[in-house]
Amino acid sequence: MRAFDTRKATAVSTENISTVVLFTVLLAYPLAFGSFAVLNLSYFLSFTIMSLSLTLIWGYAGIFSMGQPAFFGIGAYVYGILAINYPGASVSLLWLLVATVVAGIAALALGYFMFYGGVNDVFASLTTWAVALVGLTFLNQTANEARWHVGDALLGGFNGMRPIPSLSVGFGDWSVVLFGTNFYYFVLGLFLATFVAIRIVRRTRWGYVLVALQDNRERTKTFGYHVCRRQMIVFGIGGALAGLSGVLYASWSNFVAPDVMSITACTLPIVLVAAGGRKNVTATSISSILLMYLMFKLSASGTEWAFVILGLVLVLVVLFVPNGIIVALFDALDAHVVKPLLGVRRRPSQVSETAVEGTKEVADASRGH
Amino acid sequence: MVGLIASEAFNAFYQFLDGFAYLVLAAIGLAVIFGMMGIINFAHGQLIMLGAYITTFFARIGVPLFPMAMLLAAVCVGVWGLIIERLVVCRFYKRKLDSVVATWGIGLIMTQGILIMFGPNIEGLSTPFGSFTVGAESYSVYRVVLGVCAVVMLIVMYCVFMYTRFGLHARATMQNAEVARSLGVNTSLMYSLTFAFGSALAGMTGGLYAPTATIAPFFGDAFILESFSTVIMGGANPLIGTLLAGGVLGFFYSLLSGVWSTFAGRLGLLIAMIIVIRFLPRGLSGLSLRLGRFHLGGD
Repeated sequence: MRAFDTRKATAVSTENISTVVLFTVLLAYPLAFGSFAVLNLSYFLSFTIMSLSLTLIWGYAGIFSMGQPAFFGIGAYVYGILAINYPGASVSLLWLLVATVVAGIAALALGYFMFYGGVNDVFASLTTWAVALVGLTFLNQTANEARWHVGDALLGGFNGMRPIPSLSVGFGDWSVVLFGTNFYYFVLGLFLATFVAIRIVRRTRWGYVLVALQDNRERTKTFGYHVCRRQMIVFGIGGALAGLSGVLYASWSNFVAPDVMSITACTLPIVLVAAGGRKNVTATSISSILLMYLMFKLSASGTEWAFVILGLVLVLVVLFVPNGIIVALFDALDAHVVKPLLGVRRRPSQVSETAVEGTKEVADASRGH
Repeated sequence: MVGLIASEAFNAFYQFLDGFAYLVLAAIGLAVIFGMMGIINFAHGQLIMLGAYITTFFARIGVPLFPMAMLLAAVCVGVWGLIIERLVVCRFYKRKLDSVVATWGIGLIMTQGILIMFGPNIEGLSTPFGSFTVGAESYSVYRVVLGVCAVVMLIVMYCVFMYTRFGLHARATMQNAEVARSLGVNTSLMYSLTFAFGSALAGMTGGLYAPTATIAPFFGDAFILESFSTVIMGGANPLIGTLLAGGVLGFFYSLLSGVWSTFAGRLGLLIAMIIVIRFLPRGLSGLSLRLGRFHLGGD
């Protein structure tokens, strides 16, 4: 419950300090490092937007979607198809918007069938995952050029679709192709906007209801909230964010293959989010960027151990720090460093937390668990 | 003319049997674990893959493939399942959603571990038993054997759950763990044994399909969607659920994949899965319970 503490938190906490440090570092990064490093970081940041979508729907609303890469893929493919058929700087950003919206609508539709149909918890994970797998199976069999093309864009089966034009801004002669540092700041801007939006949501009434959904759907319903509709809408927003992430990826690599929806790809966002702390945006952002970097280093060094390490991280985290490593770190630093420095006496938060847990247990028992 | 119709009918039956066996065998281990503990084991595909590897290993060193090597593989995978359960899964019975993440992590480690140890694929086995012809078509004997095995495994599961002491205690735990515990059933032992039993069944499935496909770290992926949709459609009762869902889905799956493609078959499974969860949240076994006939346990 700590992540959603409703008490007025002091502005100075490890989380907030880390947020400021994180964005300062990200803003200054191109000044200190070369273009190759900037290129890589913009790739990590595009993925981090998908992690944020999972924070929103899993961390806040408790919908454990394993199929975010399906919407990532939809975003990437839709952008690719549109941009290949209608290239040009003036419409480029429109295609970004359209692809994001299409991914969002796909998620809304799936969410409609799932949540209005009473599909929840592990069944929702399975269904979303199955959607990604069906998408993968579909895209893998689209190698036939004569049959599987949309206008000039060949879907290309498991070889993927290429070349996808990069995003660009402006009109006619006054246009800039987003590449290198430009692209980096563009992605950083979108990332920052998503980050801020999700952090603000946490403090709004709408956000509280999302958290209530995670704790107890029945009780939320009794309070008069339309549970299925909320779930559907937040799942739709999550899908759109994953789609946006996919568009940025397609623009970054100028290429997209069905692999973006593979079983391994479905694992990645979950690892990134679970390891950091799924209820905390700052923690998921930091863990996403760091783990993506770690994976990049591991695979660049030619080792095959990257996924073994990831799997191990995942198992150990859910076993020993179910709230996430970085959140645990935040809590420890808050308790032992930040608050003593500020002279804040430790609040009797343990008491209130046990009380909350107690009511939850009663609620669980009354539901027959 | 009669002969033509008969051979067509046999062809249809053969296709159905193939789909039925595939779904039942893919799902059976997962269904036992899900029915008992309500935990979806996301390392299921990897357990199947492990079974295929171990079977291949034993067959290569000269153990007769059918059924000795496969049974040995089932035992080994069962032991491995027991280890996983004791080390990791047993800590998640109180927080089931986290078990998804944990078992998935285990699956990831197993896939990649096998990839590192044995490379992208190992030399496979040839399909035993040859073929036979009905009418103009030629059929693989082994596919029929697989169908028989699916039925035999369902019967074995029925006997284990209905006629053994383990089965009695397992059903008691399934119905009401608290009451079972207060009557002296060691429920945590039941959970461990059931997990091991489910893993062994998955290993057996891997062994049975080992001679039909390339043995690679991603061997299990081909079973995942099929097994999950069968289990969801079946519901909490592993025997009735798997049997009914295997029958119903097997029919549509063989029809769709036969007429169009694997993609159509999988899409059909996905749609069937969503429809079933929508109208029968407790699956087909919930329906059969409501109709009041079969009661193996479940809830």
